[in-house]
Amino acid sequence: MGALFTGIHKDRRLQVVLGLLFGIAFGILLQKGGVTSYNVIIAQLLLTNFTVMKVMLSAVIVGMIGLALLKHFGYIQPHPASGTIGSNVIGGIIFGFGFALLGYCPGTVAGAVGTGAIDALIGGVVGILIGVAIFAELYPQIRTRFLLKGPLPAVTVQEFLRINTWMTIVIMEAVMIGFLLVLEYLGY
Amino acid sequence: MVLILEFITQATWSPYVAGAGIGILVCLAFLLSNRPIGCSSGFVKATGLIEKTVSPAHAGKKEYFKEIVPDVDWAFMLIPGIVIGAFISSMLSGQFQFVIVPSAWSATFGNTPFLRILVAVLGGVLLGFGARWAGGCTSGHGISGSIQLSLASMITAVCFFAGGIGMAMFLFYVIGGA
Repeated sequence: MGALFTGIHKDRRLQVVLGLLFGIAFGILLQKGGVTSYNVIIAQLLLTNFTVMKVMLSAVIVGMIGLALLKHFGYIQPHPASGTIGSNVIGGIIFGFGFALLGYCPGTVAGAVGTGAIDALIGGVVGILIGVAIFAELYPQIRTRFLLKGPLPAVTVQEFLRINTWMTIVIMEAVMIGFLLVLEYLGY
Repeated sequence: MVLILEFITQATWSPYVAGAGIGILVCLAFLLSNRPIGCSSGFVKATGLIEKTVSPAHAGKKEYFKEIVPDVDWAFMLIPGIVIGAFISSMLSGQFQFVIVPSAWSATFGNTPFLRILVAVLGGVLLGFGARWAGGCTSGHGISGSIQLSLASMITAVCFFAGGIGMAMFLFYVIGGA
């Protein structure tokens, strides 16, 4: 089995087709989940509707167990990246400002274009391409001044908490499911 | 068959069903493509390809495009795929509609397309810039990274929402006076 998947991973032409197919499936799920809508995303950021968090958390709840099982049986080897305060915190907040002004994120903006949102296409997509171009231009300076500053103490949550991986998963799952139950209980 | 047809033509699914589907999709991406689902790197490839077309010498010298090589690959194809998937899905459920100014925006800021597009471009610039600064976006860090129990990804996701909630409230309640 392992060799079969390695063969698939190395087939570049197949991977280009798979990228398109994963995109189509992702686009359908985003649109059906309601998160390709500006109104839904803004309502989430104004904390009046929690659809975005419900979609994201249920994806993480299912994916976290699925990935851990795939890893346990030796089918995959996940490679989480290490991070820094300078990269993840500052970049995350800049992203958040853009998220609120645009009302879409890079995945949902593409989905919104597919549903006919003109603001997503001539505002969002164009803006993102400009933003990425500016970043690429300034990358060498940003890298040394910010991205490498303040390395995080651990790569994974279990390393940070110094507990067993499965125990970490149980705790994380309980917290996420608990949060969703509270949301439903409160009528969101 | 009728049940499948009814399911696919529904306007929306429960966010839990759609979310669970995305969770399974991320697992499949690791299995079949040995990678997470992340959307912002596709925009890096697109930007790099545009720059390479306009000015090959200039783009070729950029350190960032040496690290993330502009190419029509998995990450690039994901983006047109999402457009197609959302198009199919919205057509099947009768939700497809050309909109310039979304209703949640016009209720506070009016119907002027110019203002909406201007703010959308500004938001897009910050989004693209911030996503690359943080090394990923809502899908790459928020979903795929969290699924891998990445500490950096979970911290980033919290910052996405902290910045997003803060700016949305400032925009709608302070500037908009809603």
